[in-house]
Amino acid sequence: MSSTMQSQFFELADALTRECAGGEALLCSLSAERSDFVRFNKALVRQAGTVEQRYLTLRLIARGRQASATIALAGSADDLELARSTLGRVRAMLAHLPEDPWLLIAETPTSTTTERRGRFPPAEEIVQHVVRDAKGLDFAGFYAAGTIYRGFANSFGQRNWHEVDTFNFDWSLHLRADKAVKEGYAGFDWDPAVFRAKMERATQQLELLERPPVTLEPGEYRAYLTPSALEEITGLLSWGAFSARSRATRQSALLRMEHGERLSPKVTLTENTEGGIAPLFQHDGFVRPPRATLIDRGTLAESLVSPRSAKEYGLPANGAGSAESPESLDLAAGDLDAADALEALDSGLYIGNLWYLNYSDRPAGRITGMTRFATFRVAGGRIEAPVNPLRFDDTIYRMLGENLIDFTREREMLLSTSTYDERSTSSSHLPGALLQSLRFTL
Amino acid sequence: MGSMNETIRKHFHSLRSTAPFWSLRVFEESREHLAVRQDTIEPPRLSSDHGAMLVAMTDGGYGYCATSDLTPAGLQSALDRASAWAASTRGASVHPYDPRDMPAPKGERLAPSTAAPTRSSSELYDLIADECRSARVDARIVERYAAIELRRADQLYLTNTGGDVRQQFVYTVPYAHVTANEGSETQSRSFLDARQGGFERLADSGFRGCGARLADEALQLLTAPNCPSGRMDLILMPDQMMLQIHESIGHPLELDRILGDERNYAGTSFVTREMFGTYQYGSKLLNVTFDPTIADELATYDFDDDGAAAEKVWLIREGVLERPLGGRISQARAGMAGTANSRACSWNRAPIDRMVNLNIEPGSHSLADMIGSVKRGVLMRSNVSWSIDDSRNKFQFGCEWGELIEDGELKGVVKNPNYRGVSADFWRSLAMVGNRDTFEVHGTLFCGKGEPNQVIHVGHAAPACLFKDVEVFGGQDE
Repeated sequence: MSSTMQSQFFELADALTRECAGGEALLCSLSAERSDFVRFNKALVRQAGTVEQRYLTLRLIARGRQASATIALAGSADDLELARSTLGRVRAMLAHLPEDPWLLIAETPTSTTTERRGRFPPAEEIVQHVVRDAKGLDFAGFYAAGTIYRGFANSFGQRNWHEVDTFNFDWSLHLRADKAVKEGYAGFDWDPAVFRAKMERATQQLELLERPPVTLEPGEYRAYLTPSALEEITGLLSWGAFSARSRATRQSALLRMEHGERLSPKVTLTENTEGGIAPLFQHDGFVRPPRATLIDRGTLAESLVSPRSAKEYGLPANGAGSAESPESLDLAAGDLDAADALEALDSGLYIGNLWYLNYSDRPAGRITGMTRFATFRVAGGRIEAPVNPLRFDDTIYRMLGENLIDFTREREMLLSTSTYDERSTSSSHLPGALLQSLRFTL
Repeated sequence: MGSMNETIRKHFHSLRSTAPFWSLRVFEESREHLAVRQDTIEPPRLSSDHGAMLVAMTDGGYGYCATSDLTPAGLQSALDRASAWAASTRGASVHPYDPRDMPAPKGERLAPSTAAPTRSSSELYDLIADECRSARVDARIVERYAAIELRRADQLYLTNTGGDVRQQFVYTVPYAHVTANEGSETQSRSFLDARQGGFERLADSGFRGCGARLADEALQLLTAPNCPSGRMDLILMPDQMMLQIHESIGHPLELDRILGDERNYAGTSFVTREMFGTYQYGSKLLNVTFDPTIADELATYDFDDDGAAAEKVWLIREGVLERPLGGRISQARAGMAGTANSRACSWNRAPIDRMVNLNIEPGSHSLADMIGSVKRGVLMRSNVSWSIDDSRNKFQFGCEWGELIEDGELKGVVKNPNYRGVSADFWRSLAMVGNRDTFEVHGTLFCGKGEPNQVIHVGHAAPACLFKDVEVFGGQDE
């Protein structure tokens, strides 16, 4: 059933399209949400609020020239007038621009609709759950929930709509200072039993942190990375490593793979749009293929190609947005049973989370970052003691190449908790990883 | 926005709430992004944003609601939602919010450069196209990019207790980067002048001529040796001091971190409340100020987003920690003095403790003095990599540009300069602070924090500084 937001957007797009002159093409994108946000500290509320926002981007194309403008809509009758005047401003800009040699838009209409209703209680009830279930615990966290809307319409008649109800609860239980356990619960349908089970699991892990922590010397340690820890590494790689533009301008962190370096044959990375929660379409109107393989059994494969890069570098576009970053990253499973991870690790570090990764030498694929939250020293397959934060500095070719022993058979679907500008629709489907060695420096 | 402000004031007076305190913050912002890449004009991007944040506070509860519907009905609906949140969290809040803590400020800050633009888009395109073109000096230059972002913001803050503050801001931010490549070696140099002001700023920003300079420097880096490894002296130029201050002084001093709000996301702090007044954060040469008085610095303002009046405050004096970065609500929670730094990135986010202009006061040494004093060390400029633990202690930072110093003289360019350390020790190794001739105003547009996430601009002005016995290293071996 179409929503009011959808009908308002398409009606606005229709009205604006009627105002286009012959030879003009108009692309309209909508990004909107209605969200409840609750921030917790010490198992109580720090800030609770509601945000309703809707942004319309108008992109006008004429005689091979293009310009765009983004405006905030109010959801009222005034929106049409504002959009009209904005269209006029964009049209005026076009007059002073040269032809854009890298302009590429989808001109064959491919309309899609994705709608998914969720079932979760009002945010006020979540507050009651937390205050009740986390009583006595040092609980810090953030709950975000509501409907996310993405829309696209162009003057060729294409109409795309993406509307999902999701919740994303990201929290941590703290023992003292930096000793804490991270947990999360995200999805479409809230189940209080699942929330309580996750709280229970985190509470049990917190007990392990009560043991006296150890400070380890820099050096190389055998390590097991949970899916959440691995997400930090794939997240950093998503910052340009798979981008067609970055690869063409030799700025990808996987540059050495263009010169013969390989990762382990166990590494197969895919932009798995059909398995994620991101929209099936992007801002130029291109519909994304179900899957694009980025690394195939350790070898560099496709890049993420935006329409602009496609035109500039003569590549086939594959539905990437202008940032050319994965939005539904999928890392193939391995053969290690997750339940056997500690035994397989034997002696080394169990790393629950990594934090604040960055490149210490980007062209060489060298990455640094910190351990965070539940990280333990393991001996004889048993957790021995929590470890004080350690800095690693190692190359992707060692971590996911020569030192990768295996990935776990089980994978976790991690929905992005990012709320910069808007609630993210990105996700990662990742296993855990057992490494023969990880290099720590501080 | 003048007539719009009058309309908003009129609407505001018609709003009703049972909460003893409520506020309305209307934020309007326009942006224009012009860029040239590889001598081709990128599609220009305009944006026009506006909306309102309604905050309600009861005795003990706090709630907010943001809307872009600025009609009386839209604002009242948002205030109702904010008031409902404040009522429902009254017995479940981490702090017994007290409406009496909230100021009722009055003031107006009009930006000095609010007149019509004095340069057309064509003139601006000519300027950035020149820089892009002039970087095309060698076949090994693989990417050239130059851009200008023009931004104007206008904010009105009203409270039911009589507060009425209007503030305007204008930013003109030129940016460029140039990348060189040969085989599996890639090096980049970049330019950013992030300050407040209008087009008049472009003349003294250093943007003109940067294209050829960046290209030359990127090519030098391509053939330079790796930065040496070992413990040695380190001179940080002001554009890297910016990052060093930001990560290892600014974030640790944020009072909301110290109070635990950020533990689930951006992290905690190695600084505790007990340290203020006695803790030796750095050497006696270290003087750090919260300074909203430097006109062109990125985060200069008269009032923060909770209505507190901004004034210059010493946070660290002669190395001793004096005061945290905490706004009115954090001050009430912690029972300690703070700063006017409660800020929101836009209308759709609630204010939290942020950095503003966080500066290091100049010292007495010339850059030549500092270089001359170094037996073996590296001078670094222009941040390229940043990573620090969640307590803001163990850090590792990298720069685009390094120069080896031996026996008091610069001995040539080194690539991939990195250094690492621990905040609590690092600032105690501060051995020389540059004089006013070395002092520069910088800023970052992308400081991320908060739940929901907020990215905000902050200013950092500093002189060049010399640190002793730092762990320095270069890039990966071939």
